[in-house]
Amino acid sequence: MSEEPLVKMRDVWLEGRSDETWNPIINGVDLTLQKGEVLGLIGESGAGKSTLGLAAMGYTRDGVRISKGTVEFDGIDLLTASAAVKRQLLGKRIAYVAQSAAASFNPAHKLMDQHVEGPVQHGVMSKAESEADGIELYRKLRLPNPEQIGFRYPHQVSGGQLQRCMTAMAMSCRPDLIIFDEPTTALDVTTQIEVLASIREIVEQFNTAAIYITHDLAVVAQMADTIKVLLKGDEVETADTRTMLSAPTQEYTKSLWAVRSFERPLKPAVHTGSVPVVSVQNVDAAYGTVPVLHDVSFDMHEGRTVAVVGESGSGKSTTARCITGLLPPKAGQILVDGEVMPPDYRKRSKDQLRQVQMIYQMADTALNPRMSIGQIIARPVEFYLGLKGAAKRKKVDALLEQIELEPSQYYNRLPSELSGGQKQRIGIARALAAEPKFIICDEVTSALDQLVAEGILRLLARLQDELSLSYMFITHDLATVRAIADEVVVMKDGRVVEQGPKVEMFKPPHHAYTDLLLSSVPEMDPDWLTNLLTERGVDNIGDAAVDKM
Amino acid sequence: MIWFVAALIGMGAVAWGFRLAGQAATGNAPKFRDMPFGVAYGYVLGVFVLAWLAWAYMQGHSDDQAVANKFFFLRIAVEGFIIFAIAAWVFRIFGRTVGTAGSKKLFRSMPLTASFGILTILIYAIFAIFAGLIAPYGQEQIVPGVAANIIPGGDPALGGSPDFPLGTDQIGRDILSRLIYGAQNTVGIAFATTLLAFFLGGTLGFLAATLGGWLDQLLSRAVDVLMAIPSLIFALLLMTIASVWAPQLGIPLTVFMVIIIAVIDSTRVYRLARAVGQNIVVMDYIEAAKLRGEGLGYLVFKEILPNATAPLLAEFGLRFCFVFLTIAALSFLGVGIQPPLADWGTMVRDLGGFVNFAQFAPMAATAPLLAAGAIALLTVAVNFVVDWMLQKSSGLKE
Repeated sequence: MSEEPLVKMRDVWLEGRSDETWNPIINGVDLTLQKGEVLGLIGESGAGKSTLGLAAMGYTRDGVRISKGTVEFDGIDLLTASAAVKRQLLGKRIAYVAQSAAASFNPAHKLMDQHVEGPVQHGVMSKAESEADGIELYRKLRLPNPEQIGFRYPHQVSGGQLQRCMTAMAMSCRPDLIIFDEPTTALDVTTQIEVLASIREIVEQFNTAAIYITHDLAVVAQMADTIKVLLKGDEVETADTRTMLSAPTQEYTKSLWAVRSFERPLKPAVHTGSVPVVSVQNVDAAYGTVPVLHDVSFDMHEGRTVAVVGESGSGKSTTARCITGLLPPKAGQILVDGEVMPPDYRKRSKDQLRQVQMIYQMADTALNPRMSIGQIIARPVEFYLGLKGAAKRKKVDALLEQIELEPSQYYNRLPSELSGGQKQRIGIARALAAEPKFIICDEVTSALDQLVAEGILRLLARLQDELSLSYMFITHDLATVRAIADEVVVMKDGRVVEQGPKVEMFKPPHHAYTDLLLSSVPEMDPDWLTNLLTERGVDNIGDAAVDKM
Repeated sequence: MIWFVAALIGMGAVAWGFRLAGQAATGNAPKFRDMPFGVAYGYVLGVFVLAWLAWAYMQGHSDDQAVANKFFFLRIAVEGFIIFAIAAWVFRIFGRTVGTAGSKKLFRSMPLTASFGILTILIYAIFAIFAGLIAPYGQEQIVPGVAANIIPGGDPALGGSPDFPLGTDQIGRDILSRLIYGAQNTVGIAFATTLLAFFLGGTLGFLAATLGGWLDQLLSRAVDVLMAIPSLIFALLLMTIASVWAPQLGIPLTVFMVIIIAVIDSTRVYRLARAVGQNIVVMDYIEAAKLRGEGLGYLVFKEILPNATAPLLAEFGLRFCFVFLTIAALSFLGVGIQPPLADWGTMVRDLGGFVNFAQFAPMAATAPLLAAGAIALLTVAVNFVVDWMLQKSSGLKE
């Protein structure tokens, strides 16, 4: 390409301030973006993707500085440009789409009022023109009821719709560059696919250049022309999407690609007539007067993993709350080892409580920040097993070894001194300390990077084999299901839609909803989204398809 | 008025010039190039205020007594500020070189305000504990043959007496001794009251947050009712009732005062403890503990309390000041700490009339301000220390 690139970043070094020193975030990365090109930035959390993306706008968050290098946008040096020059560029020629649209819109103003603010401020369009244009954009992004949706408040539309409104807002001045910072990470798969399809279409249509930041390889494969992989602030490699997917050259990139290959060997079918460890029987539940679960039944057997899948709001976590007794069911019962459990956890005996343990999604909130790792794990040891002094310490050390953390090194640390993956391991150790038969894993890997998540899955699998534990694995990620599950339960709107062994579930014929769910999971094939859209048609994906059911 | 507006406009012009000059001098560096006018104006305003302070301070040293008197208190304030800053700085250096490794580390990361606060609180504590040894006279002792209302300063030419450096009060008691005893009475009682308020409010607040339901409703509504009544008037009312009961029951009125103020202030503590507690109770680790089958005591003291210390500590500092001021206010109104016990609030009331002489005899006006200053200084010191603790425990960066 002989044309002058739109964005030219050369040898950019970024530093962040913490503990009263400047620590490197990005170490000398180059970035070139042509007009109309989509660049995918991928890497684990803490790799500096977002910081680099923002630096392409000449902007840094508080406590971050660009220590070296140049950032040019269309020939303008953004680092030395005056505030007045930048004001002319940002919002007008460069736009930004944040991860959480719900947190980025001002809840006190209607969507359209926020949409027109940019164009009117920059003098691109009058208010009326911009409103008409907004409706046109909403239509292009295939939002339902485009004439009316702009006159709603942010809380009145769904998450996926809000993310598309945000994209429309970014488009409002027809910028040359849009930076998408994980725009679909917080969305369900069926919603995500819709947002992806509309973003891709509109970016192509207006020939906008984009930087697409994500940690999901399959997503970036659909969106980007070029992929840049970052690791701890260093560039690992850059290549066009197809080359990168088919022939990555660096070890790290290969390991990222390989994560999804983890799969457990199949277990023999359950003996008919054996007593399930936990049996959920015809459970109905409600929050107040709002019913959430309708006639939910499934069994979980010893040494096996049951994956409960479904979108947010489908009742997966509520089922878990019924099993633990936090939410006593309105009807139906929970059996552990054939014994009926009291519905309320307060009525259960210590031993009944011990048998059902839980691992939480957010390890940050699941561990008391003021207790040391040793105290956190020692408490259930002391509480349930009655161990004291040296015996207690020995048991805690054994548990730490089981989760592959060196006891002498971690015993006295606080949770804030551990990484996300390590915190999740402590959560596992706390559950194991009770010596349970059954553990509920509530989205345990969804807040973790792929490599770390894989480590957790392998650990859980190993512990299951050693201790013949049963897991109820709540997740919305079907790749995880494929990796670890023995049986699958699909839930929608508080009902079990389909259930059965994993092999059967991943083979057609499916219930229509299972089919939609399965087909919405992005694959590593760069043609996947295009193929899916031709196969199903744009009106048969995402929320639109769910509504038809 | 016209002069004032003219000065503001003049400063605006200077700010404009300052920014232009800055741009020219630094070759249009981003700091000056992107500086909003408001910021430039702020710099100029700051310089003008400082210049005025310096001028006023020099006026305080003027040979003309009439002029010097006008700026007497400003002069004292500026000198006090500098002396305190130096004392705090020296104290911090002392802390950095003497003591254990842990305390040295603590002093190294300490801002000057915090070391000032700690120094001040230490001095107050020493005075309060050893009041009997330090004070030259007894708190209720009327020295025979000594005039009442000796002016502070100890200069016989201005009506002072070297034997009574801070003068005597309206019935001839030594003000210095009464100030020192006042530290014991006022601060000690305030501390006890605050502790009691926190014990009451904290326990009930956490209970309400953890258990919720009707107990929460009952306690919260009761607290609402108590808070609906203006606190000082409520305290005054209850103190009046208590002053009738106290002699009948043979219990000192001070005990009633401690209980009354503690109960009234515990409503504020309750609100905070409940709000903080509610944020903690929804955490997954609390759910995990509940599902483990832990009892209420463990939940409140092991899981919730350690996570609530930072905001509670900050509130403790503030609350201590409020309690302290309430006691002083009640004493000032005549229902608090009873004479002849020395108390700072009472001292301000008794000598308050002298403030009228501030214009021409500043030394005489100092008499009531000594006690008032003692109250103000402690309040500021406690807040400095609490701010620092809060910053440390929450890990906030500047």
